[in-house]
Parts: sequence; structure tokens; C-alpha cells
Amino acid sequence: MPDLPRLEKRKEPSKVMAWAAPPIAVICTVIAGMALFAALGKDPFETVRLIFIDPLTTPFSRAELLVKGTPLVLIALGLSLGFRAGVWNIGAEGQFIIGALCGGAAGLAVYDTPGIWVLPLMGVAGVAGGIAWAMIPAFLRIRFNANEILVSLMLVYVAELLLSALVSGPLRDPDGFNFPESRLFHDAATMPIILAGTRAHAGALFALFFAVAGYLLLERHVFGFSVKVMGQAPRAARFAGFSQARIVAICLGISGGLAGLAGMMEASGPVGQLVPALPVGYGFTAIIVAFLGRLHPVGIVLAGALMALTYIGGETAQLMMQLPAAAISVFQGMLLFFLLGADVFVNHRLAWRRAA
Amino acid sequence: MTPLLSLSGLTKRFPGVVANADVGFDVAPGAIHALLGENGAGKSTLVKMIYGVQQPDEGAMRLLGQPFAPRSPGAARAAGVGLVFQHFSLFDALSVTENVALGLPADQAGRDLAARIRSVSAAYGLPLEPDRIVGELSVGARQRVEIVRCLLQFPKLLIMDEPTSVLTPQEVEILFRTLRQLRDEGVSILYISHKLEEIRALCSHATILRGGRVAGDCDPRRESAKGLAELMIGAALKPPVARDLIPGAVRLSVNALEAPGEGAFGITLRAITFDLRGGEILGVAGVAGNGQDELIDALSGEIPCAPGAIALDGAEIGRLGPDGRRRAGLCVAPEERLGHAAVPDMSLTENVILSARARARLAGGGVLRLGAATAFAEAVVAAFDVRTAGVGHAARSLSGGNLQKFVVGREILQNPRVLIVSQPTWGVDAGAAAAIREALRDMAAKGTAVMVISQDLDELMELSTSLSVIAGGRLSAPRPAREMSVETIGLMMGGADA
Amino acid sequence: MMDFSTLNPVAIMVALIIAATPLLFAAIGELVVQKSGVLNLGVEGMMIVGAIAAFAVTLETGYWAVGLLAAMAAGAGLAALFAFMTQALLSNQVATGLALTLFGLGVAAMIGQPYSGVKAPSFPSLNIPGLSDLPVVGRLLFSHDYLVYGSVALTGAVWWVLTRTRAGLILRAVGENHDAAHAIGYRVGLIRTLAIMFGGACAGLGGAYLSLVTTPLWVEGMTAGRGWIALAIVVFAAWRPWRAMLGAYVFGGVTIAQLNLQALGVSIQSQYLSMTPYLVTILVLVLISADASRVRLKAPACLGRPFFASG
Repeated sequence: MPDLPRLEKRKEPSKVMAWAAPPIAVICTVIAGMALFAALGKDPFETVRLIFIDPLTTPFSRAELLVKGTPLVLIALGLSLGFRAGVWNIGAEGQFIIGALCGGAAGLAVYDTPGIWVLPLMGVAGVAGGIAWAMIPAFLRIRFNANEILVSLMLVYVAELLLSALVSGPLRDPDGFNFPESRLFHDAATMPIILAGTRAHAGALFALFFAVAGYLLLERHVFGFSVKVMGQAPRAARFAGFSQARIVAICLGISGGLAGLAGMMEASGPVGQLVPALPVGYGFTAIIVAFLGRLHPVGIVLAGALMALTYIGGETAQLMMQLPAAAISVFQGMLLFFLLGADVFVNHRLAWRRAA
Repeated sequence: MTPLLSLSGLTKRFPGVVANADVGFDVAPGAIHALLGENGAGKSTLVKMIYGVQQPDEGAMRLLGQPFAPRSPGAARAAGVGLVFQHFSLFDALSVTENVALGLPADQAGRDLAARIRSVSAAYGLPLEPDRIVGELSVGARQRVEIVRCLLQFPKLLIMDEPTSVLTPQEVEILFRTLRQLRDEGVSILYISHKLEEIRALCSHATILRGGRVAGDCDPRRESAKGLAELMIGAALKPPVARDLIPGAVRLSVNALEAPGEGAFGITLRAITFDLRGGEILGVAGVAGNGQDELIDALSGEIPCAPGAIALDGAEIGRLGPDGRRRAGLCVAPEERLGHAAVPDMSLTENVILSARARARLAGGGVLRLGAATAFAEAVVAAFDVRTAGVGHAARSLSGGNLQKFVVGREILQNPRVLIVSQPTWGVDAGAAAAIREALRDMAAKGTAVMVISQDLDELMELSTSLSVIAGGRLSAPRPAREMSVETIGLMMGGADA
Repeated sequence: MMDFSTLNPVAIMVALIIAATPLLFAAIGELVVQKSGVLNLGVEGMMIVGAIAAFAVTLETGYWAVGLLAAMAAGAGLAALFAFMTQALLSNQVATGLALTLFGLGVAAMIGQPYSGVKAPSFPSLNIPGLSDLPVVGRLLFSHDYLVYGSVALTGAVWWVLTRTRAGLILRAVGENHDAAHAIGYRVGLIRTLAIMFGGACAGLGGAYLSLVTTPLWVEGMTAGRGWIALAIVVFAAWRPWRAMLGAYVFGGVTIAQLNLQALGVSIQSQYLSMTPYLVTILVLVLISADASRVRLKAPACLGRPFFASG
């Protein structure tokens, strides 16, 4: 019988591996990615340079990192709280869409009205919409024990169809030649730009704010503690007096609200109107960002920046080297795989068994 | 006479610990041979090697004079070794026949299996219905399925791992009759247990393991229980300190408490009524699976109950959850250490926050006071001699005994008015067990109302001022401990069990 | 006023069967996986790589049989990756399944680039002279393509193996109590890996049916969430194979119903009609999950829990 390494549980989780796993995963992915690019007939080093280095070299593309990273970080922060508790919100994309719809509809309802209150109104509407959409899987799980993974996911498709229906109907631009899109948001309903000459908007500041708030909630507040306990030992959570229903509802509410906010900011910022093509998969990519950031606010900010880099670099590589767009999805999927693999070694170590 | 099983020089190492060192002894044919030892002495590793789950690093085994080195449980079974697991290897959703079939090689699990189960089980005094779903059977009946599964392969050596910990005294007698019948047929039995009186009644040989080594061989019929225990622990046993506990006022008053069973096979609690006084220790005896889990969950507030059912110091607490009840003065140490009383991967400091937040003021306005939590955890470690590398280490890095001391100590240091503990010394080494019992007696002496739920009758007889029995979800009226005998309790425990 | 005369019940039944078959393949595969105690959320990813594999290989080689084999291999291959990560590396099953879906969708899109919009060669149907020409019954029972009959046969085979054979008993035991199965000596990781790969092959077949028969062309993302509906069907079926077949036909039916409602001139915007299958899935999930005692008695007790071999 050949020598086979066995996985042994460590006496306690390894703090070293907890920090080392994400960088290890990134390195493995880059190597595997280079093999992929070579197989597609592209120069691997050139491609890696285009994807990872080039976007950091110009102010505009650096600002684009903020544009792409903001929704990823916002959504991932909310998701990570739920994931820690064992609440699997896979439908953040749907909450993102509904947030964009509600926020956008609010902005359209006061079309052409100036005032500093317009954006906050849209923000509140977006957050409320996201929370409401997330409360559906929350309620169904608490009341009927229905699996929130499947419910929230089905609602993504419903949300996409709802967006398409409303934008072709009641929200359609009356001067738009019957195209299924809404009016362009007026100035008071557009996110303010924080870096002149770029698309970077104030949403980035919100993302950083919520990252800090998320850290404090997780490490210093009883609720964050209860989330961790519930995810690791549900019976212990009950023993401690933490209500599972309350944790489920609040986690889904927070992630729905943050996703909704991200949606509203995306609609009123870079996109500037409501169109069926608004959702580009941030809700799903954010899942990768959450895991890559080890479900920790600091890690999520870093991971969000990294993912934004791959998006922007990927677009450049698509343009300059005809790299297929789907290659970036493959790349991102590989990143998650490698991270999950590396994560194993936080709680386990390899032991080489002598063949008896 | 050739020994049936001959072990010599068996050694097995794991990272950080030597589980077995140079273990060797012989099991005679047609003998019931006891294997004694505390938790962590190396019994389970030894059994795994005999059954083919692990292979020894050094040493050799012989079965009936032939070299014996099974590489898998299937090989051990084929050679004639059967094992009745302590924690049954049964599949609740499958029938008796299917469960038995899974433990047999494919060629023996044919169409006539159901009939063979009926005849073999009846022949050995352990009758079974082949089509019943195992999940619906009582614990004693489930053990019969385990045993019959072994008997159908006509083993030469039958290993029984802590078989009586879940049986009523009457079921123990039935089991002993079966074992003696097998012995008379020439089958040898390796009987693993820590119940000294049973071993003296049943076994003709005993090997004692301590710290992974053989500490002694003897004939248990000629040794006293005290002598066997001393061989196990390696030091003389301290006799328990006699203490007069005078019960005071009623602290906890439970009146007609009802609670539904949890899960598909839970036990419904009915008409639970008792008073718990300060300064007394109420022992609740009962075989596992008769509602103990539901009882402690209902008292701690994890399961909601009707208003008016529970009152603490006269105040109604039925509507409160675990947190509210702690604030009112009720603290609970549940049976399951890892996963229920403590989170395995969290540090001791974090685990303290789990239950002591309210009474030790560890969270102000929702914000955690980590410094205070660390100090509290360190106080528990110091007061209860918890052996650990530090309060920042994960709960699962502690040994069973030390974790149990921590769990009980955490509740005691909150100065509750009422303390309820479940299985306080289960799986705990003798030193830690004695410390825990001492701590419980001290609490009672200080005026706390203490309730101990345990399957260990000897422990309850030693600790309790009054005793009660839980069976089938009902609690008998508490009676003073000196009026009870093991026989009476055993009958009450077996009463509602199918 | 709806005009029912335009409806052709036989045509509707046939359309229903065509819509249901990919769901059935995927659901039966996932049912076996879940019976062994594993929750594989990557069904969507495995289906779509099966779809592109079948499409591309059939187009290039001209043999649909080779295309089907390629689909099964592609699904099983992706599933093997999932098996390695969850059984050998003990990674989180939910996250790994999601990664599988993302990865599978990306890989399929990449491979499928040159085939976008290309039409598939026609897939052979059963044609028994005499029987197939019978009115109504002929079209309903005897004129389907081979894979439809294959899906029914597969359902029957899975039912028989699970309930009547020792291999099925061992699989069920592993899903019921993996610690006990390991203690007796069964190799839990190996059994689950085989189940996972079987599930992948079935999902691949389901995807192949989509790209070869249902809508015989290749479009990026053409599974459109069917993998997730297959997951819902497994729960709807309470992990019983014949009930899964019923579930697949119910869900196929909902899709057809909303298409026909459109044809009947029911004037609701098409997007609202398209929402109905997803809403029905949620409703079904709620109905079966709400009956808590039943699910717990029928769900494999170890579903989703990783197995740590404790020696």
C-alpha cells in the first residue's frame, strides 16, 4: 500500500494559515491562470501584466478599482456576516437589483427636482428594497424551515425579470424611442464624483465606512459574537440565549440592505439609469470576495480590490489580446477553489502515514 | 492451553501521545476477560487494533496460535472477532434486517437473513423483530441489534465496549445471562468497562490499563472493588467527605411542566413537578434517552414552556429564555461539553462570554468587555485547577476532564441561586471527577439549590440528599436519598422503558 | 376570452416531456448524491459543461452517441473536482458547489465561443412502424427521442439499485450515519466520490439533452437556472426516485403552461409569465419544508455534514 498523506485535525486552528491561505490561493491561481492563457495561445506573462499590473499604473484605472470594488465590498460585507452564521444568502444579486429598482424609481419619481435630499431618499429606498427582498427568504426559513439558498436564488431570476418588465413598462423613458430603459437620472439623483476626471463616486467612502462598522460589530459587539457562535455551534448559541430566528433575520436584513444600497449606487452612479443589463453578477462575485477575504471586513476590502483588479485587467486583456470574457469567470472560479483548498489547512495538517 | 487471543508488546503512537506502550496479555478460551482503565488509559486504541481499524506500530497479536494482524474490520470479523460498539453503529432510518446486513459480508446477507435474525436472537435471550425501524427501538433493544449482528458471524472472541452504561439493572441481568451462555459455548468475551462491581460479578480475569501500559493482571473475583480502583488510578481512593446538608427554603418550584420531545425520536415531558430547596442536592437518575435532554432544556429556557410552570424564588420565569433565567439566578451546565456547553474552536475567554455575560457583567449595552471576560476565564482556570496552556487557547485543546471542570466552574463562579448540571463527570478521569463533586457539595453547603442529572447511580448515591427518577418523560416524586436502594431505583428506571 | 381550440393536448404533453427530461436527468443524479449524504450545489455548472461538450463533440464528430459520452465525461470530470475538494480536503460543501457552478459556467462559455448560435444536428427519435403511427398514443408514448426513454429507464434503475441491492443499502447507510458506516469498515469517502461522479454524469446528460434536443443550439448560459430547479426537485421528491420523475414533469409543466398562456393571448407582460416556474419552486419548497417531521425522517441524516475519519 503506497504512502498516503492523511489529514489530521489540529489541536486548535492555525493562526498562521488563516492569514497565509488567501495569498497562497492567489499565487496558485495566477500560476494556473498563466497555464490557461498559454493554452489559449496568449503570452502568459503579457496577460498577467495586463490584468494585474497595468490597471495600477494610470489614475483613471486606479479610480476604476474604486468603481468596481465598491459594490463588491459592500455586498461581501453583508454576505460575510450571514455566512459566518450559516445563513447562506446566495441571492444578493436579486437584492442588488431590487435596491437599484427602488432607489432608481424614487429618483425618477422626483425627476428634475433639485435638492440635497434626493440622493439620501434614493439611498433609503434602495436599502429598504434590498432588505424587503431579503426578508422573503428570511421569513420562509424562520417560519417554514425553507432552505434560504434555493429561495434567495430563485428570487434572483424573479428580480431580473421584474427589472426587465418595469423598465419596458411603467419606468420606460417616454422620450426614449421605445427602448426598454429608463430616463437618465438628473443631476441631483446622480452619485457625486470624488476624484475629478474619473468615475469614482462617493460610494467608495460608504464601503470603507461599512467595513469599519462591520469590524466593530463582529469583534466588539454581542451580535457579532452571536453570529460566530451560531455558525460554529448552533446548540451552543441556543444555550447562550441567542435567538436563531433573530440572527437569521438580522443577517439577511443587513446583507439585503447593503446589496440594495450597492445596487442603488451602481444605478445612480456609473450606469446613470435603469436598464435590464444593470446586473453584471456582482452579487455572485461578492461571494468569492467574501470567502477570499476570510469573511473578515479587513480581508474583504483587500479581496474586493483584488477582484476589481481582475475585472478591469480582464477587460483590458479582452480588448488588447482578444482574451475571451468567460476566461475571467474561469479565473475567478479557480480563485475560490484554491482558497477553499488552502482553507482546509487552517484546521488540519498533513500527516504522512508509514505504510504498515 | 493455547490462549484464544495473545497480545505482546503492542505499541501505538499518535502525534504528541503514546496511546499504547508495550501492552501484552492473554485471553483464555471460554473466559470473560475484563479490560479496565480510566478514560484516556488506552483501552479504545487497543480495541481498534484488535478489530483492524488501526495497525500497531510495534508488537504482535495471535489468534488461536496463528498470527493475527487484521487490516480492516472486515478481516477481523472474518477471523472470528466481533465488536459491540459503545456508541452503536446503527442506522436509525433503516430496519433491523438492513442494519444487520450492513455488518455482515455480502454472501451472508441473503434472503433468509430475517428468519436467521429471529432464531438467533431468540436463542440467546435477546428477541428481535426484523422489520422494525431501528430508530423506533429502545436503547436496550438497539444494543441487541448490535449483539445479534455479531453473533450471526459465530465469533470466537466478542469484544463488548462499555455495554451496560445505557441499560437498566434488569437489562444488565439479561445481558449477563447471554454472555455466560456464550462463555459456556467456548466463546471468549473481552469486557471493557469501568463498573467495578459488574466486573467482579461477571469476569474471571482482568487486565488493568493505566497511561497506555498494563498496570496489572488479576482475578477480579478475589479483589475488592477498592483494590481494582486503586490499580486503575494508581493511588489510594479518598473516601467521600461526610457532610450534613440542611435544606433551606424552596428556591426553584416546578409545577406540571410539559414540553414536547425534540426531533423525530424525542421524549415528551409530562407533568414534571418538584421543588428544589437551597442547600440540597437533588439527584435525578435515569437511563439515557428518557427525557433528560428535554428536562434540562426546559429548565434552562432553551425550550419554551407554559407560563406558571416554573418559578424561581417565587418569581415566574417560564417565559424567560436562557439569558433571562441566568439573570434571575438559574445556571445550567449541559451534558455535551463540545458543541453545547462550549464552542470547540473558540477560546476559553470567548466561551466564558457564552453564559456569564449577564451575571459577570461582560457586555455593557451590547459592547463586549473583553478584558473582564479574560479575567473571569482566568479566575475559573485558577479556582478549578483547569490544566490549559492559557485562556486564549481553543476549548477543544483541553482534555475532557479539564474542559468539564471549566464548564462547571464557569457556572459556579457566577454565584447562581440554582445550579443544574447534567452528567457532571461523564467521560472524566477520577481526579477531575472528584474535584467536580467536591465543588457541587460546596455549592450546596453555601445554600445554593443544586440538581444533578446523571446516569451514574453510584455518583448520585454519593452526592444526593434526595433522589428522583426520570423515565419515559415523567419524573418521580423526590425522596430522601437514604430511603432509596439501587434495586428500587433500577426498577423505577426500567418501568416505562419498552 | 381564452380560445382553447388552439391548444393541442398531445403537442403540449410532448413539449412537457421535452422540457422535463433535462430536469429529470439532473435531479436523479443529485438525488443519488444527496442520498449518500453530500449536498452538491454545482448542478448548474455540471449541466452546462455537459451541454457544451455534447454540442461541440456531436458537431465535430457527427456522432451523437460520442457527444453523449463526452457530456457524461465532462459532468463527471467537474464532479470529480468537487469530490476531491469535499471528500479529500474536507472543504465547505456549499462554497465548493458554488465555485463549481461559477467555474463550470465560465469554462462552458469559453469552450462554446466558436459555437454561439450554431444549430445542432437533429437527434434521432424512436420510430416503431405501426406503433409510432397510432393517433395520440403513438405520438405520446412511442415517438420520443431515445434520451426520454433513457431518462425513465434511469429513474427505474436508480430506484431498484437504491431499494433492492446491497450497493444501494450501503449508499443509504453512508448518508444516514457516516460514522457508523466507517466504524463497520465501509469507505465513506470512496462511496461518496462515486456517487458524486454519477451525479455529475447525469447532470451532464441533462445538459446534453438541452443543447441537442430541447433547444438544439448553443447559447452561453443556456441552462438558465435549471440546475437549481433540479435541486428543488430532489427536495420536492423527498429523495425518492419516482417522485423525482413526478417533480420533473410538474416543473416542466409549469414552463409549458406559461408559454401556452402567452399563446392563448392572455395579456400579461411575458416577463411576469416567465417568473412562474421560479415562484412555483419557492412555493413547493415551503410546502415540503414546512412539514418538518416528514423531511427529517426522509432526508439523509448526514446531508451536507463533512465526514472526518476519526481512525
